[in-house]
Amino acid sequence: MFEMLLIEGLAIGACYGLFGVAVAIIYKTSDVINFAQGEMGMVATFVAYHILTVYNVPFWIAFPATMVFAILLGMAIEFCFLRPAKDPTVLGLLIITLGAEMLLMGLAGWKWGAEQKDFPFLLSVTKTHEIAPDLAINEWTIGVFTLTIIIMVSLFLFFRYSKLGIAMRATQQNVNAAKIMGIKVERVFSITWAMSSLIGAIAAMFFAARSVLDPNFMMEPFMRAFAAAVLGGLTSIPGVVIGGLIMGIIENFFGYAWPEWKPIVAFVVIILIITVRPSGLFAKHYIKKV
Amino acid sequence: MDMKRDYYEDVELFKSGTILVWTVVLLIFLFTLAIYLPSYNIYLLNIIMVNVILAVGLNILVGYTGQISLGHAGFFAIGAYGTSLIMIHLHFPFIAALIIAALIAAIFGFIIGLPALRLEGPYLAIATLGFGLTIMHIIGRWDIFGGRMGITAPPLDLGISGSSMSWVIQGDVKIYYLILIITVLMVIGARNMMKTRVGRAFMSIRDDDIAAEVMGVNLTIYKTMSFAVSAFYAGVAGGLYGFVVGFFDPFTFNLILSILFLVMITVGGLGSIMGAIMGAILITYLQYDLLKNVENLPYVGGLLMTVSKKWFTVIGLANFSSIALGLIMIAIVIFEPLGMFGIWIRIKKYWKTWPF
Repeated sequence: MFEMLLIEGLAIGACYGLFGVAVAIIYKTSDVINFAQGEMGMVATFVAYHILTVYNVPFWIAFPATMVFAILLGMAIEFCFLRPAKDPTVLGLLIITLGAEMLLMGLAGWKWGAEQKDFPFLLSVTKTHEIAPDLAINEWTIGVFTLTIIIMVSLFLFFRYSKLGIAMRATQQNVNAAKIMGIKVERVFSITWAMSSLIGAIAAMFFAARSVLDPNFMMEPFMRAFAAAVLGGLTSIPGVVIGGLIMGIIENFFGYAWPEWKPIVAFVVIILIITVRPSGLFAKHYIKKV
Repeated sequence: MDMKRDYYEDVELFKSGTILVWTVVLLIFLFTLAIYLPSYNIYLLNIIMVNVILAVGLNILVGYTGQISLGHAGFFAIGAYGTSLIMIHLHFPFIAALIIAALIAAIFGFIIGLPALRLEGPYLAIATLGFGLTIMHIIGRWDIFGGRMGITAPPLDLGISGSSMSWVIQGDVKIYYLILIITVLMVIGARNMMKTRVGRAFMSIRDDDIAAEVMGVNLTIYKTMSFAVSAFYAGVAGGLYGFVVGFFDPFTFNLILSILFLVMITVGGLGSIMGAIMGAILITYLQYDLLKNVENLPYVGGLLMTVSKKWFTVIGLANFSSIALGLIMIAIVIFEPLGMFGIWIRIKKYWKTWPF
């Protein structure tokens, strides 16, 4: 039982971590907390659902099509809503992304209605494989672990060795200096949003396969993922994933012990932790100067 | 434009006799409004005033002190449940119950203010968000709070119920007068507070907390005080809200409500009492009246129906209010960061020197 709870917690946690990475990438480059992240993933999942059920195409065509849509959606939101704002405050940016969230949620509700649907995902939660005696893992869990490792490794390589990744890190450290060095900062922001939207959409599809599909389904996972990202420290990508894993394990074990308090126990733990370490567990805390 | 020559001009409640006269006219108008309005509109006005109290309180925290709160629905819920439960179980008169519940909310605000001393930006947002969700979950769980089914507000009794001192108020019109008096008092209170030492301390924290600390503003006291005052306002608003709607359940106080409160003050204008009032009026009106039956709107309604039939679903058209509110939020931040108050200032400036 213990191993089962641990593996399931780790799998959910990896999903939170993946989604938290999507939040953290945007926060790292442009200091925006993207509250619309969950709804961006939700809309992308609905598009996948639409392609799969209405046009009846196989999954391996629908998946890339959705990915393209997610990339365009991320770029569009950055271009239409974030770019025109003239040096906005933290609160202003927050309001913009909250507005985008309500907009996307309304659009999805208008188009697909509020009733819950089953998302036909490639990997099912019910099909299990026995890897050791008394230890069965379902396909979904295997998929999550594989994908998280692939995305983490490629993100590491991307930020470490590619020119674009280095440009992103430069933009994150100092926008003006990056501009002087010849980096097209606006293009970097656009690509950041595209990347984040892509990762978010993949994670959202995994969430949808586990629960049901309706315009509100990403609300809870988004808040957990955001909390996990804050727990790990928003500026450190491995920290975010570890935060997600911690979150998943805490939630699963507490959920087993006291099921009725499952939705909030993680939040209480996180509030306590960030009270002690204000920048999260793995980020360096910078003392602000005048 | 407005030059202030000494300290007493700065702390005056009314800048000139003209403003005082117009304020009195407005108050007389508000107090007689119930005579010539149909009943449903009175109900809408009650909701608007509840939201005005809350928006003014939230603006003290967000607009004047520069902190972020995504958990004000939690304080709102504490006020609503606290007032009703104190009246049901302890038989307190309404005003006493309201004040006690608001003080409980203020204590919670103080507790949330403590971690806020070390947190800022997204970290504060997640802490307050977690608080709001926790409150919503706790009241949905414990039976004393009515659980998921919600509770019905008791009769609004200004005296002690069950004795000869009982003075029950019923009907939207009478509640309107009660709420109007409380709203006017709360708004004047907030305006006054912003002109005192405390208000100036809040504003200095917003502008730069380190500089404020250097100048001798005690951050610990004033930040927690800002949270407590704001939560007090939310508690009063919540207590009144319970009696306006008569019945409420935990899901009334969800995250969307907290977001809507933030929208009110951003649309109205951060850091101004009048902005908060204007924003609360506009957003509440949009939400409860204009966007409720969007297909019946002149001109736009027919067009939206055609669009729905062609590309979307007709049944999902109710979601249009969410789309409209989202677009308003984005447009305000992009085009007019000062909100409706900024537009008002521009109009005023234009007409002040009009022929030139």
